[in-house]
Amino acid sequence: MFDNLNSKLDRAFKVLKGQGRITEINVAETVKEIRRALLDADVNYKIAKEFTDKVKIEALGQNVLTSVSPGQLMVKIVQDELTTLMGGQARDINLKGNPTVILMSGLQGSGKTTFSGKLAKLLKEKRGKNPLLVACDIYRPAAIDQLKILGEQIGIKVYAEPENKDAVKIALNALKEAKLNGVHDVVIIDTAGRLAVDEQMMDEIAKIKAAVNPNEILFVVDSMTGQDAVNTAKAFNERLNFDGVILTKLDGDTRGGAAISIMSVVQKPIKYVGTGEKLDAIDVFYPDRMASRILGMGDIVSLVEKAQENFDKDEASRLAKKISKNEFNFDDFLTQLGQIKKMGNIKDLMGMIPGVGKAIKDIDIDENSFKGIEAIITSMTPQERQNPDSFTGSRRLRVAKGSGTSIQEVNDLIKQFEEMRKMMKTMNKFQGMGRSLKNMPMFK
Amino acid sequence: MGIFSFFSKDKKENLDKGLEKSRDGIFSKIAKAIAGKSKIDDEFLDELEDILIASDVGVETTLKIIKRIEARVAIDKFVSTSELNKLLKDEIVKLLNENTIEVKNTFEDLKGFKPYVIMVVGVNGVGKTTTIGKLANQFMKNGKTVVIGAADTFRAAAVDQLKVWSERSGATFVSHGMNTDPASVAFDAVKKAIEIGADVVLIDTAGRLHNKINLMTELSKIKRVMSKSIETAPHEVMLVIDGSTGQNAFEQAKQFTAATELTSLAVTKLDGTAKGGVVIGISDQLKIPVKYIGVGEKVEDLQVFNREAFVESLLGL
Repeated sequence: MFDNLNSKLDRAFKVLKGQGRITEINVAETVKEIRRALLDADVNYKIAKEFTDKVKIEALGQNVLTSVSPGQLMVKIVQDELTTLMGGQARDINLKGNPTVILMSGLQGSGKTTFSGKLAKLLKEKRGKNPLLVACDIYRPAAIDQLKILGEQIGIKVYAEPENKDAVKIALNALKEAKLNGVHDVVIIDTAGRLAVDEQMMDEIAKIKAAVNPNEILFVVDSMTGQDAVNTAKAFNERLNFDGVILTKLDGDTRGGAAISIMSVVQKPIKYVGTGEKLDAIDVFYPDRMASRILGMGDIVSLVEKAQENFDKDEASRLAKKISKNEFNFDDFLTQLGQIKKMGNIKDLMGMIPGVGKAIKDIDIDENSFKGIEAIITSMTPQERQNPDSFTGSRRLRVAKGSGTSIQEVNDLIKQFEEMRKMMKTMNKFQGMGRSLKNMPMFK
Repeated sequence: MGIFSFFSKDKKENLDKGLEKSRDGIFSKIAKAIAGKSKIDDEFLDELEDILIASDVGVETTLKIIKRIEARVAIDKFVSTSELNKLLKDEIVKLLNENTIEVKNTFEDLKGFKPYVIMVVGVNGVGKTTTIGKLANQFMKNGKTVVIGAADTFRAAAVDQLKVWSERSGATFVSHGMNTDPASVAFDAVKKAIEIGADVVLIDTAGRLHNKINLMTELSKIKRVMSKSIETAPHEVMLVIDGSTGQNAFEQAKQFTAATELTSLAVTKLDGTAKGGVVIGISDQLKIPVKYIGVGEKVEDLQVFNREAFVESLLGL
């Protein structure tokens, strides 16, 4: 995510790297670089100024002579300050109330409808809730249809009144119905996008708020927003006193300054982030991880959690056993591919590995690259899959024909598979690897 | 020229109104910065830097503008408030004019091409579909026949949304429904336009983040396919940018150009509090002209971008 700010700060720290210690003079240069990096990342200029002033005071206050590397010291100071700015701890949404009423708000095109769908899916699948989505965008053509289609895709009921031109009434009716039938314990109200300067529209959403008395009001904002993020967030907050911020489209590149700006201006936490077009591309916002990420330290914690969430434990231990006995076959390989795919976008995953984010910034990883492999493996007979050593030339030719690939591709896959097995054999000898990781600074 | 005779009296008012917030900001700040001063000093230039940065102009372009003003002031020495406003406007307009040719009349572009094919691209949620709807309306109102190709086959209900717009405008609508091949929709839209002798083809595409290379490749393909029936098509590839976008807009313009060779920009949602300064930076650094700006929800609120008027409105002159 914050690749650009990353590399900019990298450069800023490089200025310090060659220096023996932090002095008034060389810190001034670094502070200027940091400020510019923050501006390039769309951090509000006032906040950037405050931030760099704070960092400067911190840096000069430190006993720099005992520090091994001034660069590292600065990294720590900047990281701590960024974390504080972004709100310190991760915070959950409020699910009290029966039903819980969640009201979405934001500008046009910020991603309210898509996020409403993602949130409903998340609450249904991970919190055991039964949400009702309510379509209150009565203005944009086909906005109601959009929510209905999303609802269908995730198996969640959508309440809509296509003929009703009163968003307040629709919201009220939806809430009434949810209370009456008692099936839905969460009601998510999707609203039309509106500009903060549009008095009429701001009145409308204020009226919706007054009518349904939401437990949670979320302000949805595009993570690519520039300096204006501060104004918009302030205006919406003044009218709605929202409870949390949703940062969308974080799967793009460069931006993120909006996150820092908004939180420090309205003092409301960012609760979730949107990280892709798929409806499960939603994540909790972790200020500390994001700060690490900004500083190019990677986001190993998210990666591990993602893996744990999506990997079937029994399946994993079964695989581990097979690997340790060197019985890993093509069937297992296929299962494993399926599990990796479940984890989401491969590039996103790799980006979470420290140091990798920058390296793969410009490299494209084909999400479909598994397809050919899957085609080849599924064209093998069950016997062949279980006995990877059984491949004769004619079998290879048959598999190539069956999978619509070339014999060369089949040969490559079999060769790679054999190498993988060899590597697994070697890996078995290094059982203690996990322990050495714990000694790395970022896990402390 | 009807709707496209931009900035007639009421048009200008509209733009002024839309940009009011930004104007107030810059104008009052500049006035404050130079109040009680007889010449430009570093403090003023610092203030100006903040103002430009706060308008999303971007660090690089801001420094460029400041350098130019410094150079001008070095020659002129004494500068008053009104002179300074003019100077600032001059320099920004000059910056825009140096790199790209201003689009004066969008109907001029249509000459010699029938149909004239416009492909509209951009990241998610910038207002592509709405922009196409408004464009279709404007063209139809001016007696041009329009075909709309619904090649956003991905986002839920995008086709329905565009269909509503085509019904409102009376444009011919070409669609294969959701989750179909967007390139074949584009191809058929162009084919249909040739068949019925339409003047303009507008191709909507699905929003995509510019760092998703697979999706960008898809976009290149959509573009390529259209040139199969008309060699010169698309005649225009327009990137729609959300006016509140920050510095990421540069990267968007860069990547979309790499995939589709952009010819123009449309900047939307400038009726909010966003300053729209990103326009200056992109034109300067990427040499792609802004053709339209969106300053409201109504059809006529999509206006041809007039540099002079825009900078004037921005600075409150």
